[in-house]
Amino acid sequence: MPDASLTSEQLEFQQYARQWTAQNPAPAPSVRLPLTPLEVKTAPQIDYLRDWQRRCYEAGLVGTDVPTDYGGHGHNACQSIANRALADAGAPFMVNVVGLTMMVPTVLEHGTEEQKRKFIPGALSAEEIWCQGFSEPGAGSDMANQQTFASRSGDEWVVNGHKVWTSFGHFAKWMILLARTSRDHKYDGLTYFLCPIEGHPGVSVKPLVKMTGETGFNEVFFDDAVIPDALRLDDVGKGWTVAMTTLTFERGAGEGAGGGNSASNPLDKLIQLARGSQRNGQNAADDPVTRDAIVQLAITHEGIRSSSRRARVPALNDHPMRIPLQQKVSSSEFQQRLARLGVDIAGARSTLYKNDSAAPDKGHWPMSYMNTYGMTIAAGSNEIQRNILGERVLGLPKSK
Amino acid sequence: MSDAPPKDFGFGEDEAMLRDLARSFLGERFPIETLRDLVCKDSDAVYERGERQAWDEALWKEIVELGWTGLAIPEAAGGVGFKQAGIVGLVEEIGRHALPSPLVATLNASYVLREAEGPGTELWMNRIAAGATASLAITDSRGSWEPADGEITARRDGDDLVLDGSAFFVQDAFKSDFFLTAAQIGDERVLCAVPAESKGLDLSQDHIHDLTRDQATLHLQEVRIPPENVIGPAAEAALLRAWPSILVTVAADLCGCAEWQLQATVEYAKDRKQFDRPIGFFQAVKHPLVNAMMDIDRARSLIYRAASFIDVGDPSSLDAARMAKSAASDAGAFISDRSVQLHGGIGFTWESDVHIFFKRSMHNQSLYGDGVHQRSKIAETMIGPLGK
Repeated sequence: MPDASLTSEQLEFQQYARQWTAQNPAPAPSVRLPLTPLEVKTAPQIDYLRDWQRRCYEAGLVGTDVPTDYGGHGHNACQSIANRALADAGAPFMVNVVGLTMMVPTVLEHGTEEQKRKFIPGALSAEEIWCQGFSEPGAGSDMANQQTFASRSGDEWVVNGHKVWTSFGHFAKWMILLARTSRDHKYDGLTYFLCPIEGHPGVSVKPLVKMTGETGFNEVFFDDAVIPDALRLDDVGKGWTVAMTTLTFERGAGEGAGGGNSASNPLDKLIQLARGSQRNGQNAADDPVTRDAIVQLAITHEGIRSSSRRARVPALNDHPMRIPLQQKVSSSEFQQRLARLGVDIAGARSTLYKNDSAAPDKGHWPMSYMNTYGMTIAAGSNEIQRNILGERVLGLPKSK
Repeated sequence: MSDAPPKDFGFGEDEAMLRDLARSFLGERFPIETLRDLVCKDSDAVYERGERQAWDEALWKEIVELGWTGLAIPEAAGGVGFKQAGIVGLVEEIGRHALPSPLVATLNASYVLREAEGPGTELWMNRIAAGATASLAITDSRGSWEPADGEITARRDGDDLVLDGSAFFVQDAFKSDFFLTAAQIGDERVLCAVPAESKGLDLSQDHIHDLTRDQATLHLQEVRIPPENVIGPAAEAALLRAWPSILVTVAADLCGCAEWQLQATVEYAKDRKQFDRPIGFFQAVKHPLVNAMMDIDRARSLIYRAASFIDVGDPSSLDAARMAKSAASDAGAFISDRSVQLHGGIGFTWESDVHIFFKRSMHNQSLYGDGVHQRSKIAETMIGPLGK
């Protein structure tokens, strides 16, 4: 049915995107794909996912709103429609998620003309995979406490330091790198770089193993790695401001350049699990406490989705950042409660892990539950997010 | 086949204009000091001497002139025919000011009249559009929120109906010009309008904790009503069709109330110093306030979502409204709890304003079913009936 609030361009694009996704299903992968981009582990997985992103890019469903000068498709406010169509079709995720949702919007806002032309097309086509170098052993929630140091030497910078929790580090050609260039100022002493990773002298990548037993995260070490000044994004000392742009996109304020799709209704799988589980001698789907817990989550889920929609109606927002800043906290905690409830409903069978053939949903529930801590901790832990919300939205006194 | 609910929930210029007007009108005419003077002057008045909760009738006359009472009445029946999205925007402001008034009760009665089928609907909608107030008298003594559980019976006597029995938990009953009730006659339930001045009608006041409304039991003894008061058959179906609007309206009052509680507690946390710092510095204070804000925002979004479903006649309006009421009841309960606790000693006293909103919220949380009640209903459609 037509949606009256869409422009004619959006309506036409919506029709096209739905048609394309219907006619071009993703080919069956020869290997098992991970649940999210964060767990991409093997070469066949990355090859498959790169190919899929390239096809979506060529079809105009990635980089949809990016100007044509930079390899995009030049539409207006159509990326979310593309994301929706891909999600509705159950398509695989876009693997270059850091490139699409973080690098592209940040370079569009802060990059030189040359940087935009050099970096954006390769990220859209997944030819060049990006990783993020913000977190360090001593700079997690306190992100401005960066110790990786870039010292200037003529037209070059010499980088030394240690980044952690780097997703895609083992496949990445480039990193968005936040580094300290002055020790005199905590926030104004940071500078933002577009740093080469793959095969670059002085850069080494070492995989980290998560509590689930999966890889995906890496440590990246810089040992006198040299990068040209042309790869600096915006001014020296402006790194914090630029990083805030990146994080605004990471934390869900914008659509980025594509790739933010997820399954349509995560509650369905939980209800199926309840129907197939026993509790107190009856079907778990008939247990009133379980039913209440499921519906509570369904309401939270619908509330988060409806808030995303309300955030775009200025008349229903007294403070413009009030909803955008809370979505990361709400959605990561929703995912955690959802997975945890799945563990609870599965009962004794929740003890079975991914390598046990009798495990419900191939061990999804305990593994997904453990993985959700990645979401509640990453991108600024939810405790820090609550400080930011309390201070920036409610105006409460600052913690630091 | 219904249209898709619009992306902006149908909250356009007209809706924003009414909301902004209500915000400035109530901000000027009914600030917190006026509320406090009106309902809290004497702590013995309501709870010890059993006096009825005060309300500002002069202000109400102005509200009637502004046309707010006829918002839910279709234009064809002399009303404004305003969208549900716009009505909830207004009701949020009513809740934010904890306004004692028969507006919510009258809106809820309007929804039922709007959904009723029968020759009598137009007359009673005209009356509301012309400024009459009304309230639903449909609840039994156990407080069941099932539309079919009333205890009033009717018998025919010539062209008239004669009503007997009681309806409980009638909202703002002493402010109502007439009551809408569902009377059992044989195996049918008819929707009737019973004017407050009817012979044989008696209201006995409930002694409630909320200071911003009144509530009563409606007793009908041999109350004779003429044919034009018999609105139509199938009262239960009309109530059920009106239920989404009723739930979302009470949810909007809760949500507005909760936003006041949040902002008042935030202001207190910025102002009150302990250990040489404003208490809002401490994360044990800051984080629960952020949690309350997130709860309120999700509830608010669900309210506008449900309202937009109602406006386009979406078949899942009832579940959408139940979600909104569940979220608003729980958000209201949480900020109510934190508003008293974080105000500390003063928050526990009559002197502080937080108790006024605490009580209004607690009353609304239970009205037409709390969160647990709504969720058990949603589970029937989402998961399936029990034991199947």
